Amino acid sequence: MSNIVELENGHGVNADDSGEEEPKNYLTNGFGLKSWLLTLDHKRIGILYMLSITFMFLMGGVFALLIRLELLTPQADIFTGDSYNKLFTLHGVTMVWFFLIPSIPTVLGNFLLPLMIGAKDLAFPRINLMSWYIYIIGSVFLFYVVLAGGVDTGWTFYTPYSTNSSNTHVISTTLGLFIVGFSSILTGLNFIVTVHRMRAPGMTWFRLPLFIWSIYATSIIMILATPVLAVTLVLVTVERALRIGIFDPGLGGDPLLFQHLFWFYSHPAVYIMILPGMGVVSELIAAFSRKRVFGYKFVAGASMAIALIGFVVWGHHMFVTGLSLYAALTFSILSFLVSIPSGIKVFNWTATLYKGSISFDAPMLYALGFIGLFTIGGLTGLFLAALGLDRHIHDTYFVIAHFHYIMVGGMVLAYFGGLHYWWPKISGRMYPEGWAKLSALIVFIGFNLTFFPQFILGYMGMPRRYHAYAPEFQVLNVLSTAGSSILGVGILFPLTYMLASFKYGKIASANPWKAKGLEWETTSPPPTENFPEVPIVTEEAYNYPSQKPTRIVARREPEIV
Amino acid sequence: MSSHSTAMHQHQFADAKQQIEASMLGMWIFLMTELLLFGGLFAGYVVYRSAYPEAFAFGSSKLEWPLAAANTIILIVSSLTMVLAVYGAQVNSRAMLVGFLLLTILFGAAFLGLKVVEYHAHWIHHEVPGFGFRTDWEAPVQMFFLIYFMLTGIHAIHMIVGIGLVSYIIYKGYKRTYSPAYHTPVEIVGLYWHFVDIAWVFLFPLLYLVGAHFGVGE
Repeated sequence: MSNIVELENGHGVNADDSGEEEPKNYLTNGFGLKSWLLTLDHKRIGILYMLSITFMFLMGGVFALLIRLELLTPQADIFTGDSYNKLFTLHGVTMVWFFLIPSIPTVLGNFLLPLMIGAKDLAFPRINLMSWYIYIIGSVFLFYVVLAGGVDTGWTFYTPYSTNSSNTHVISTTLGLFIVGFSSILTGLNFIVTVHRMRAPGMTWFRLPLFIWSIYATSIIMILATPVLAVTLVLVTVERALRIGIFDPGLGGDPLLFQHLFWFYSHPAVYIMILPGMGVVSELIAAFSRKRVFGYKFVAGASMAIALIGFVVWGHHMFVTGLSLYAALTFSILSFLVSIPSGIKVFNWTATLYKGSISFDAPMLYALGFIGLFTIGGLTGLFLAALGLDRHIHDTYFVIAHFHYIMVGGMVLAYFGGLHYWWPKISGRMYPEGWAKLSALIVFIGFNLTFFPQFILGYMGMPRRYHAYAPEFQVLNVLSTAGSSILGVGILFPLTYMLASFKYGKIASANPWKAKGLEWETTSPPPTENFPEVPIVTEEAYNYPSQKPTRIVARREPEIV
Repeated sequence: MSSHSTAMHQHQFADAKQQIEASMLGMWIFLMTELLLFGGLFAGYVVYRSAYPEAFAFGSSKLEWPLAAANTIILIVSSLTMVLAVYGAQVNSRAMLVGFLLLTILFGAAFLGLKVVEYHAHWIHHEVPGFGFRTDWEAPVQMFFLIYFMLTGIHAIHMIVGIGLVSYIIYKGYKRTYSPAYHTPVEIVGLYWHFVDIAWVFLFPLLYLVGAHFGVGE
């Protein structure tokens, strides 16, 4: 659009002087690769992340489809055992570190955090851009590993296999993850400082949208847990490169030390993955019930409680390693405890829906799907936290089903729901509602068909990470693979129509959902500086007009309204 | 000071005060992540020392504690010069700021120099794990040395980064970038330097003063 002339007040007019004014928004404020690759605007950085993690999501998805393809038959027919090991490792590594952990924080968090608190940008825009470049550098390591022959240790890198026996590209992977961890740390640091120091006047802590509380809790986990992973990966790298025993029992090392260090990070990491999704769901439920979230302070507190308690349950990944009975009991009890704040959220969301003015737009379908599927995933986590039961279902498909219900049924649905909800704000366009509803349905059906059979498979004893299995498991595996192809289709739809909406989508108004929240009080898309004037906050979050009661619900005088 | 309201600040901040507070909070949070980073290694130290107490005492006795003690003093003095440098910025004295920062680098370099001497001694005595570690010592002693090298090595890397940061501050300070109203970079580099100093204060006794090798034990 080079025929737009810049005027010094930031507005543009057509060069033919037709008098048409086109106020600049963050998308039109500068064109060309440099303006994007050197941007300091948190909204543009959010878009950069969105493009990167979409690619990674698709790559991780391809590995998943290949896994499901092999599992159509009980025998190994497409891949050797070694290749299959590489597939599930790369699937896990890609999805965990290059999709799930960054997704909502770096895409929606980056875009929305300053908007929701009434700030012009994050506290440290240059660090924000740097964290994206660090992510890209980490991705380059991953691409190298994929192209050079893969890594086969599982995303968990258990020793001594990863340090001693594996002859795949372990070090390149650990280095790539070491690097990408700093992207996490810097993002979390930026978010924490921004929430503490840059809220608009009147935006007190308890007026913050619950999405911000979730992102804040996530950021705390990011900065405290990720350094431990960093140093653990360094130790694995050193041991493998120099062939000395830190975790090698042959040299006096302790392989369980690796597991403790690894899970000390990786358990909180799963809360990094799910908390932002919960934050999105709070926003969606409120907006599409036109009602304030029930028990706001409890939901906010639950986010912090999940972050805190999440740090002391890591041992539940190690119940079969010969932990002392007392350690196992402690971890089991704490794991039950950590489910309580999640349960509080589910109850409060449900109470928010009650007597709300519900509309079933696509984001709401995703949010409702989240509540159901996350509940199933969470409850099955309790099965796993029970010591006796875990003996039977550890390392089976039950575990896989459990965490996919949370990560895909929960997180991915929340991410899609959030993308749809804030799409008008991000792009200035509406997505096609009919296609979106259809996609949500396809995703829901495909997801459940893929992963529900896996609960049964696990319970029946099918181990995870096996490319060949006993013939009696075949029917359920075939159902699961069929589901995965449906899920894949369902995921491709939004990719297509979101992109197409830039050309064909209806132009969005500032607040197409008539929702509460500072992000809706600026244009769609917002100008680069977010708000023409610093907003002053005077009301509570989700300050929807309250419903008048339509009938007397108790034997007392009716309220005079 | 009225200059706060007109002091320069980056566009995302409402005023200079907000920028200063954000920068300080940011550095404190970053130092917390560093604490967790070293913490992972300390956890490994705790696990292996409780598993092999004699090997750790033996390995520790082979370290040159006088050199390390000197290094401890050097680092503590360097923290003093860093504080004085920050003071120099606060009172608008370029001479004090640049002078004390140069001294800080001097002490930092001295620290690294002594570490090089130590490491070299270990090298020629085949006491570096993974590079032909001497076979007349038991395996757990190699574990001690591995943890020693990892801890002091990662610490040394942080020192090198710190010297780089201080050099940058010297350059900017010499160009009169800093003033009493704006010297946050000096303060946050100072915080980083103090953290690296404190990390060493923990490393020193844990690595060098283990066991009874002041004439009481072996």
